[in-house]
Amino acid sequence: MKRIVSLKINGRTVEDVIPDNLLLIDFLRDRQALTGAKKGCDGGECGACTVLVDGRPRLSCITLTAKCGGADIETIEGQAQNGRLSALQRAFHENLGAQCGFCTPGMIIAAEGLLRENPDPDVNDIKAALGGNLCRCTGYVKIIKSVQAAAAEATQ
Amino acid sequence: MNANARTSVIGRPVPLVDGVEKVTGKAQYTADLNARDASVGRILRAPVSHGNILGIDTSRAEALDGVLAVITGQDCDKTFGVIPIAMNEYPMARGKIRYRGEPVAAVVAIDADTAERALELIDIDIEELVPCYTPAESRAPEAPLLHDNKPGNLEREVHHTFGNVADGFGEADLVREEAFDCAEINHAQMEPHAALAEYDPERERLTLHSVTQVPFYVHLTLARCLDMDSSRVRVVKPYVGGGFGARTETLNFEIIASLLARKVGGKVMMQLTREESFLTHRGRPATQVRLKIGLTRSGKITAVECDVVMSGGGYAGYGLVTILYAGALLQGLYDISNIKYDGYRVYTNTPPCGAMRGHGTVDVRHSFECLLDRMARELGLDPFAVRRANLLQAPLFTSNGLMVNSYGLGECLDKVEQASGWAERKGKLGKGRGLGMACSHYVSGAAKPVHWTGEPHAVVSMKLDFDGSVTVLTGASDIGQGSTTIVAMAAAEVMSIDLGRIRVVTNDSVITPKDNGSYSSRVTFMVGNAAIEAAKALREKLINAAAELLDVEPQDVECEAETFFVKGSSQSELPFHDVAIAALAKEGTITVKGTFSTPVEAQGGKHRGGAVGSTMGFSYAAQAVEVSVDEATGQVTVEKVWAALDCGYAINPLAVEGQIEGSVWMGMGQGLCEETHYINGLPAHANLTDYRFPTIAESPPIEVQIVESIDPLGPFGAKEAGEGALSGFPPALVNAVADAVGMDVNFLPVTPDRLLAALIKFRRANRRKEATK
Repeated sequence: MKRIVSLKINGRTVEDVIPDNLLLIDFLRDRQALTGAKKGCDGGECGACTVLVDGRPRLSCITLTAKCGGADIETIEGQAQNGRLSALQRAFHENLGAQCGFCTPGMIIAAEGLLRENPDPDVNDIKAALGGNLCRCTGYVKIIKSVQAAAAEATQ
Repeated sequence: MNANARTSVIGRPVPLVDGVEKVTGKAQYTADLNARDASVGRILRAPVSHGNILGIDTSRAEALDGVLAVITGQDCDKTFGVIPIAMNEYPMARGKIRYRGEPVAAVVAIDADTAERALELIDIDIEELVPCYTPAESRAPEAPLLHDNKPGNLEREVHHTFGNVADGFGEADLVREEAFDCAEINHAQMEPHAALAEYDPERERLTLHSVTQVPFYVHLTLARCLDMDSSRVRVVKPYVGGGFGARTETLNFEIIASLLARKVGGKVMMQLTREESFLTHRGRPATQVRLKIGLTRSGKITAVECDVVMSGGGYAGYGLVTILYAGALLQGLYDISNIKYDGYRVYTNTPPCGAMRGHGTVDVRHSFECLLDRMARELGLDPFAVRRANLLQAPLFTSNGLMVNSYGLGECLDKVEQASGWAERKGKLGKGRGLGMACSHYVSGAAKPVHWTGEPHAVVSMKLDFDGSVTVLTGASDIGQGSTTIVAMAAAEVMSIDLGRIRVVTNDSVITPKDNGSYSSRVTFMVGNAAIEAAKALREKLINAAAELLDVEPQDVECEAETFFVKGSSQSELPFHDVAIAALAKEGTITVKGTFSTPVEAQGGKHRGGAVGSTMGFSYAAQAVEVSVDEATGQVTVEKVWAALDCGYAINPLAVEGQIEGSVWMGMGQGLCEETHYINGLPAHANLTDYRFPTIAESPPIEVQIVESIDPLGPFGAKEAGEGALSGFPPALVNAVADAVGMDVNFLPVTPDRLLAALIKFRRANRRKEATK
């Protein structure tokens, strides 16, 4: 079955005809050429595909596009404003929260979801929010530091 | 003067020069490349662990609408393998299947659904053979041979003796021998494997974009397996989502994607699932270590005997190098004169093992640091003291011919001892809590590459053009470790120019100079030195041009912060741009290059296999680990880690910290929870839930200290930083568990189920001891 879906992606309204079983990650990557969200696993295990759906972090690899009609989707590509990095992007860049960078889009988006809910998280809040986002390079030390740095900047 | 220009860029924390792309999602990894016009490739994998292929019928698959081509082992009769003398693998099995999941055929179709349907339509007739899953099964007298030319299923045996082991043990006051069992693990880099192959039949050219750490080896292998002139092959490495050794040799899917692209005369995208990425494997082999150490009462090591058996999987891969590394790097960390090593690399019907971070050394180092700690305890010696009793005095050559020019282990020990509060806290943390420590080291690049051509080990080119920009061309493969940034920093430092003036172009075989790739922690040392040499050549041209403009001799010209001036004079400053234009006026676009070759004395001993382990400089590390152990469940929690690493000189301290944290943490994964698990050859671990590595929730703070011993041959004195600290973690963990619960364990990983079983046995034995008193 196919249907027409209309949703917002990074502030722009997009309308498309999609099969019912089209996953949000494939819609973003294959149809919108937004390849920031990554496939790191075979479904729901690594968090690299995390995007914001109506402000909440969601795994786009196990989300149906058809369920996102009318939703507001934000991806890593929509985080910078006029080419300037968001607070989290800058913090991850400057603190080496990204090494190979493959988990980074999902990690930053998950952290963005956290900071919108809780602008001043402690280490345990950060660990809880990013517990589903795997990284193999950093040992998470500088990821935690990056989120703390972004939070500190925002609350200043 | 440019306000942003710095007189010195090295030694300061610098964010990655390609970091903005990574945090904005603009960085394109292989699977992100535009493949809208590509067909989709899929691989059919063997359903049995060991068998003879009697026939493959592809006709039903070929007849399916949308299928463009089907290939099998019959389409490529060329073997491949990273070691020139051990190439025994076909891209798709021919005749014989040696592990469950081995590629046997491949399909290219108009879309993924069609390709997957086509795989189900391939009929394969297999005569099953008895599988051998463990070294014991493989070495049994009646075991079937995986490879006809390898009796006993032994890929390689190593027998090395240096000094006089019998005399050494004779001098010892305490001799102990123990056996250790370390599970197989996988790199589980976050990016699953992928390759994009394009073949142009009109000009008979192939282009491959792939996830590789070694584009040069991939290039050679594609030319060999596709029987093409290497000039018709182009290999490009886009951003790579981690490697850790998984991609340090050509992998079957890279060849298969290329074969498919040629077959259909077009573009083929091959994306492996996470499960397939696990099946491709090349991880650290299951390793059994039997180790015997002799110690004097004062803690001096008098002799070592080590016997290692590795379960290598179905094909050679890096296997012979792995088993040689395991023996060679028994040396180079401590002063040991008498040493005997026997290594056995065994073929098994499981996915092939390969190189993984700390290649060959980790399980042996684990065993050594555990046993040394226990013997120190028995002698009443402090763990730090016993290691200090065996420090090397650099410069020296070890008895197996390894060159050691710089050695900061003593300082690492001091820093970790102090930071962890060892003296005040060790043994005093109460029940269920403990401290342990260990040391480790690793090479800064293999002094002899696996593919020896006699060429320099690294070449870096630089271009200065009309716009005043400097372009650095390198084949160094940045896989997240920050090598591109190191190259840029080295160039900026030597030329005294702003980092922003430099762009680094990497890893396109038609543009960038050949590089052996990112493995054995070679890049900073070798490519860094080549970058320095290239930058010096460019700097000299600019100095000469400035000297003419200033009407002085070149040796009187100094360059700092993008400004040229006469030494000792505050007048007549020339900005970079003016000098660049003057230099360009003489010869047009300026291109220079720098190279690095390893000194012959660094290339190891003369004995067979002596090149493995040889390097220009070793990194050294010490670490202390604090754990708490829940004795009711066997759950070990790592509370904190203190690590110090001697990287010679930290060109980019931010990246060095990141590498130390990452390698310590990866050692923690191996120590606590990582292992593969096969049920009749079928992997039961091939996803990121069942292959357990620590999430952010279980990951402790890691306090890092950098020690700088300034290596005489290293770039600015630098050595490697990304591997040396890994192998210290598992033994420090096990030593900490011993401190916490009073029990030694000889297995890895220390999972709750294993630890609990051991604790129950231990308590029962203690009760029996009490009862018989």
